[in-house]
Amino acid sequence: MSGVHSRRRAGFIEHTLEGLRSAMERALYAETAASRRGLLQQLDPRVKVAGVVSLIVSVALAAKLWLIAAVIALAVVLAALSAIPLRSLAGRAWIGVLFFSGTIAAPALFLTPGTYYRGLPITVQGLRTAGYLVLRGEAATTLMLVLVYTTPWMHVLKALRIFRVPVVFVVILGMTCRYILLMLETAHEMFESRKSRTVNAMTPAEQRRLAVASSGVLLGKTLHLSGEVYLAMQARGFRGEVYLLDDFRMRRLDWLALGAFALLASVSIWAGR
Amino acid sequence: MHIPDGYLSPATCAALYAGSVPFWHVALRRVKKAMNSRQVPLLSLFAAFSFVIMMFNLPLPGGTTGHATAIGLATVVIGPWAAMLAVSVALIVQALFFGDGGVTAIGANCFNMAIAGSLVAYAVYRLIAGRSALASPRRVVAAGLAGYVAINVSAFLAAVEFGIQPLLYHDATGAPLYCPYPLSIAIPAMMIGHLTVAGLAELAVSAGVVAFLQRSDLSLLRSTAGKVIDAAEPPPPLAARPLRALWAGLAALMVLTPLGILAAGSAWGEWMASDYANPAVRRQIAAASFDHAAPALPPQGLQRLSSVWTAPFARYAPPYVRGAAFGYILSAMFGAGLIVLACLMLGHFTRGAARAGPEAA
Repeated sequence: MSGVHSRRRAGFIEHTLEGLRSAMERALYAETAASRRGLLQQLDPRVKVAGVVSLIVSVALAAKLWLIAAVIALAVVLAALSAIPLRSLAGRAWIGVLFFSGTIAAPALFLTPGTYYRGLPITVQGLRTAGYLVLRGEAATTLMLVLVYTTPWMHVLKALRIFRVPVVFVVILGMTCRYILLMLETAHEMFESRKSRTVNAMTPAEQRRLAVASSGVLLGKTLHLSGEVYLAMQARGFRGEVYLLDDFRMRRLDWLALGAFALLASVSIWAGR
Repeated sequence: MHIPDGYLSPATCAALYAGSVPFWHVALRRVKKAMNSRQVPLLSLFAAFSFVIMMFNLPLPGGTTGHATAIGLATVVIGPWAAMLAVSVALIVQALFFGDGGVTAIGANCFNMAIAGSLVAYAVYRLIAGRSALASPRRVVAAGLAGYVAINVSAFLAAVEFGIQPLLYHDATGAPLYCPYPLSIAIPAMMIGHLTVAGLAELAVSAGVVAFLQRSDLSLLRSTAGKVIDAAEPPPPLAARPLRALWAGLAALMVLTPLGILAAGSAWGEWMASDYANPAVRRQIAAASFDHAAPALPPQGLQRLSSVWTAPFARYAPPYVRGAAFGYILSAMFGAGLIVLACLMLGHFTRGAARAGPEAA
């Protein structure tokens, strides 16, 4: 009986702790990977953002499975040239996407009308549509990971200006990224301290109360911190106008990379029709 | 709920980006107006809060767990426009850096959850909360239902977006290029999970945190509450309340009372003894009674009692007034005046009794 209870308690608090820890690790890993020496790390963030987004769009437009697979292969080559271990791509993208999209796509094998495949109760069209879902997911996730593992987050956000994203929005995104790490840490500490003080088994109702109370406390801390941040901004001279330091400079390698991305995306869109 | 890349066609994604842009534009303009206020750090921190809240696994009845998106909670605390931006920012960060939701589907996810979700949550919250006090349990129910309805509307929109894909896009072999499930599968598949697990998680977090705030910091609920009844203060005296609108409405109704003349015949069952002898009225009675003819003579009881009391304004037509319309207006003024007088006297006696009570005790 107690085993059941302790398993439940561990499941709730530790599962939440695991999620928070995993998000923090992911963020820290991205920052570490972006500082390595590699091909993509040398490029202007605007080139990388434009190139990756154009390749993702070409994958979204593609109506040929081999082409989507070719873009995944290209992303893997770029990752290898940028010192990103394939193990991290497999662990953080491929397995998760395969499981998630595979689960969603599996019924389509049987439900999609069409020609039966070799006498099995699945159709060729079902196989193809499941292939589109899984491969597109894999391609887009791999490309995005390659981008965020080779570019500091703040640079990715500043590069969004090439899509005419308003400055205020970029600033809010940047502040959010910064404070997400703090919030994750705060929430992690709250649950960690609660876990260390919990001796007896918690019923599901108690777990719910704990989750809701933790949310409320975190909200209170959020708003309190918001006030402090505002005062700090005012102390540093914030008067309602937002500026971004434009420290990006295009070099010859960047122009070459931009041309290569444009060519690849164009060929991909043309071949994928 | 977070739509990944590859499930929606680029055309659908572009349409939903285009649909989201006007809302973001209005929301940003509102934020820019308030740039010298606390909006910028508040939005950023609330977006970060929404991001972290989505990681809390909430145990639900039945042994399952779910996580909330904090759409309802954000709307209740910072309002629909700021919530729209904060949740959008959280979704963009999730899509860009954490692989939760697709980059091409950012517009769709923001439209479904941040925009439609916030507006629906706000409407439901204000509708149910009304003018109740900030500490009222009604606000807890309103916040919970706001979150529940918002997440389900978002899920429904996502299901419709999924469901239209196989109707529109196929490859050369006829295989659906994007989400392969039609509306008949996509809607139940999405809604069952959201009406039960995800909806309950949203309801529990929204209601629970609002109840928590009612005990810890009531002021956080004030910005979206509108006009509220302050439970701490006694109700203002009758004379101090804005009664002008009520008096104006009453006067308008009095002026409009002659419209009753336009109605043909008399109300069913409100016949006078003399009506039974009038052939025109008899025809009206029969027509209104499924062609059952009225008795030839009035009922004896009606005949006897009808002469006991003769009203001074019989049939709203005082005998000394020639114009029927003026008779109606005069009757309305007299009747309303009598009711107001009766109410004032009742109030006077009630207050007198209340004053006498404590003294007698």
